[in-house]
Amino acid sequence: MNDLAWIEGAITAARPQAVAALLRYFRDLDTAEEAFQESCLRALKTWPTNGPPRDPAAWLIMVGRNAALDVTRKNARMTALLDEEQVSDLSDREADMADRLDETHYRDDMLRLLFICAHPDLPATQQIALALRIVSGLTVKQIARAFLVGEAAMEQRITRAKAKVSDAGVPFETPGAAERAARLAAVMAMVYLVFNEGYSAGPKDEERGLFTDEAIRLGRLLLRMYQTEPEVMGLLALMLLQHSRAPARYNAAGEIVLLEDQDRALWRPALIQEGLALIDKAMRHGQTGAYLVQAAIAALHARAARYADTDWSGIDALYATLEHLNPSPVITLNRAVAVSKTKGPEAALEMIAPLESSLGGYFHFHGARGALLLQLGRNKAAREAFDRAISLANTPAEAAHIRMHIDRLAAEAENARNSA
Amino acid sequence: MLARPMTVTAKAKAMMYAVLCYNSEDVVCNWTQEQDEAVMSKLSVVHEKWEKAGKLKPSLRLLPTSAATTLHKAKGLVIDGPYAETKEALLGFYIIDVADLEEGLAFARELTAANPGGAYELRPIALYLPGSPVDTKTSALPYAEAARAKVGA
Repeated sequence: MNDLAWIEGAITAARPQAVAALLRYFRDLDTAEEAFQESCLRALKTWPTNGPPRDPAAWLIMVGRNAALDVTRKNARMTALLDEEQVSDLSDREADMADRLDETHYRDDMLRLLFICAHPDLPATQQIALALRIVSGLTVKQIARAFLVGEAAMEQRITRAKAKVSDAGVPFETPGAAERAARLAAVMAMVYLVFNEGYSAGPKDEERGLFTDEAIRLGRLLLRMYQTEPEVMGLLALMLLQHSRAPARYNAAGEIVLLEDQDRALWRPALIQEGLALIDKAMRHGQTGAYLVQAAIAALHARAARYADTDWSGIDALYATLEHLNPSPVITLNRAVAVSKTKGPEAALEMIAPLESSLGGYFHFHGARGALLLQLGRNKAAREAFDRAISLANTPAEAAHIRMHIDRLAAEAENARNSA
Repeated sequence: MLARPMTVTAKAKAMMYAVLCYNSEDVVCNWTQEQDEAVMSKLSVVHEKWEKAGKLKPSLRLLPTSAATTLHKAKGLVIDGPYAETKEALLGFYIIDVADLEEGLAFARELTAANPGGAYELRPIALYLPGSPVDTKTSALPYAEAARAKVGA
C-alpha cells in the first residue's frame, strides 16, 4: 500500500467524524460537506510532503473549519487563520486542539450525522443514498449506478432528502437519554438497510455489493461510539457472519448456492471469528435484542462444520425468542425451516399455512413452501408454489434458482412418463 | 595506534524481540478484501524470507479493538473494549486456545491472582502463523525449563 493509498484510506476513515464535527459548527449539511471537501484537497496537497498528521480527523476538522471561516473572513477583509502547513508541523498544538474541539462532542456529533441519514421522514432508499453519500463518502455516480438511475436523478434524490431532513429540523442540543436511544435504534435500522441492499444484490452487481462493506464499516463505527451496547455488538456480528458467506453464495455461473450446498471452506474465517467474538461479549450483558438473536442464529450456522452438523433445535429456539421480541410473519417463515429439520416438512407447512394472507406477495414464502411440498413428494402443488415464486422474484439469480427446481420437476415427470 | 574494530569471536546468543505492530485501525480494518489481500501478499514475501532463515517465530494478526474485552485486575471488572490507559505499557502476551470468552477470562483471573495490577486485554486473533521453531540452544531467551530450574520447581 503506497502513501497515496494510505492517505485516501485515512481520509475515508476520518470522514464521518470530520463531517459530523463540521456539521456542529456550521449547523448546515452543505456547508459542512463543502468545508470537508476543501480540507481534503488541502490534505492531498500537504500530507504527501509533510507526512500524514497523527490524528487525521482532527486535522481535517480544523482545516475544514478554518477554510470555511477564511471565506467569511476574506470577504470581511480580516486576517486569515493559521495556515494548515504550519498546523500539521505543530503536533502538540494539534493534539491539544483536537482534544479541546472534539473529545466531548464526538459521540453526539456522530449520532446526529447518522440520524440525519436515518431520519424517519425519509423512505428507505433515500436513507441508504444519503448515508452512503454523506457518511461513507461514495460518489453520487457510484450510488446512481448501484440504484440503476442516472447521476442527475440521484443528485436530485439526495438534494430532496437533505431538504426534507432540514425541514424536519434535527435539534442540535445534546439529546436526552430517551432521544438518544431512539436515534440509535433508527441508525441501527438504517445501517442494516444499507447492508441488506448490498447483500441482496446479485453476484454481478458489484456496485451494490459494495454496500455490505460500507454497512460493516458503519457498524464498526457505531460500536466504537457505543462500546458497551450489546445490540450494537449484535448488529455488527450479524452483518459480519452473513457477509462471511459471500464467496460461497453464488457459483461460477452466477447461480444461487443454498446454505446447505455451500462450500464452507470458502467462508471468510476472519469475519466469522470477529462475529463470534462479538456475540461472546454481548452475551455477557444478559440482555436479549433482535440483532443479537439474529446474530446468534447466524453463529450457529457458522459454527457448523457441515450442514448436517447444524444445531436446528438451537436455531428453532432462537427464532422462537425472535418471534416473541419482534413478531413478524417473515420470522415465522424462517422458523419453519428450522422446524422442518426437527419435526419434518409437514409440521413446517402447518406452521406457515396461516402466513399466506400476509406473505402472499413474498418471493421467499412461495419458494420455501414449494421446497417443503417437494420434500413431501407433492410435486404438483410444489410446481404451483414455484411458479408463484418466479413471478415474484427480485433478482435474476432468485428466478434462476426457482427455475432449477421447476426444471428438475419437469425432468422427473418426463422420466416417469418414459418409464411408464 | 590504529583503533581496531571489535571482532566477534564466538557466535553470540541471539536476541529475541517481539515486534509490535501499530497502525491506524480506522484505515487498516476498513480495507477492502482486495486491498487487504494485496498488503498481506506483500508481507508474506517478507515473512517467508525471514522464516526460511529461521528468524521469524510465531506471528499474529489481531481482530479490531472493538472485539476486545478487558479484565481490570484490581477490581476484577470486565469491561467491553480495549485497554486504553496510557500509564501502563505492554509488557508481554499469552496466546491461548480456549472454548470461549468466559474460559479466556477464567485464565486471566487465575493470572490476576498470581500477579495483580494493571489489566489483561483479551483480543481475538485473526490470523496465526506458526513460523519456524525456536532453537533452544542458540536463543538467549530464558525458557520455561530454565525458569523452572531457577525457582527449583
